[in-house]
Amino acid sequence: MASIKIRARTKGDETTVKALITHVMETGLRKGKDGKKIPAHHITEVTCEHAGQVVMTAQWGPAVSKNPYLAFKFKGAKSGDMVKLSWVDNKGKSDSIEAKVK
Amino acid sequence: MTIDNKRRLLLRGTLGAGALAGAGLLVPSSVLAAWSKEAFAAKTTDAAMNALLGGKASASNAVSIKAPDIAENGAVVPITVTTTASNIESISIFIANNPSPLAANFVLGAGATGYAATRVKMGKTSDVIAVVNAGGTLQSASKEVKVTIGGCGG
Repeated sequence: MASIKIRARTKGDETTVKALITHVMETGLRKGKDGKKIPAHHITEVTCEHAGQVVMTAQWGPAVSKNPYLAFKFKGAKSGDMVKLSWVDNKGKSDSIEAKVK
Repeated sequence: MTIDNKRRLLLRGTLGAGALAGAGLLVPSSVLAAWSKEAFAAKTTDAAMNALLGGKASASNAVSIKAPDIAENGAVVPITVTTTASNIESISIFIANNPSPLAANFVLGAGATGYAATRVKMGKTSDVIAVVNAGGTLQSASKEVKVTIGGCGG
């Protein structure tokens, strides 16, 4: 199952991109039932591209909530364009999705 | 000066001027700035800010934070940062009393406008500080969020 839900909508000349990513976002500070620390496992970077250009890179620490949400706005996209959102975590896992701007 | 010396100098300059300015020196686009382990591991807001942005921010009306006054659940605190500044390079969110204050850094590319929203974890009641890097000047705003249940451990 895809780990990202994304919605991009243009209003006027501004496009708002909202995304929800499914991820545990373990801080590395929590202890498990056996008293041992659960190793950190969190997204480090989320990148959004439009027309081959990176419009936003979010660098995240473990303090971002589980199943993170992000939203940002940019100019220059029109309805029907594609935006691509991808993430990478500290264990090297990654995923990406492409969505049409509404 | 030997090549090695120059390299030292460049490295030092990169660290001193901050990750963003450093990346700007090597690559024209600051969007390519790498994930700063040093900044995310820093234990104080000042240290994290210095490692990430290479300086201290001054309070500004151009930056505003939208966050709840009281967060019932510290594991999910919605935070929205907006700014009216121009030439925005990045928007960073710091939680002063978290074990590592730097929560997120949004590096904005060409065309991106002054808006970033996410949800963060907060261990306890703390000031949330948003820093906007606009054309090299650091502008900030802060807001206290009271947490009734912590987001770390539980």
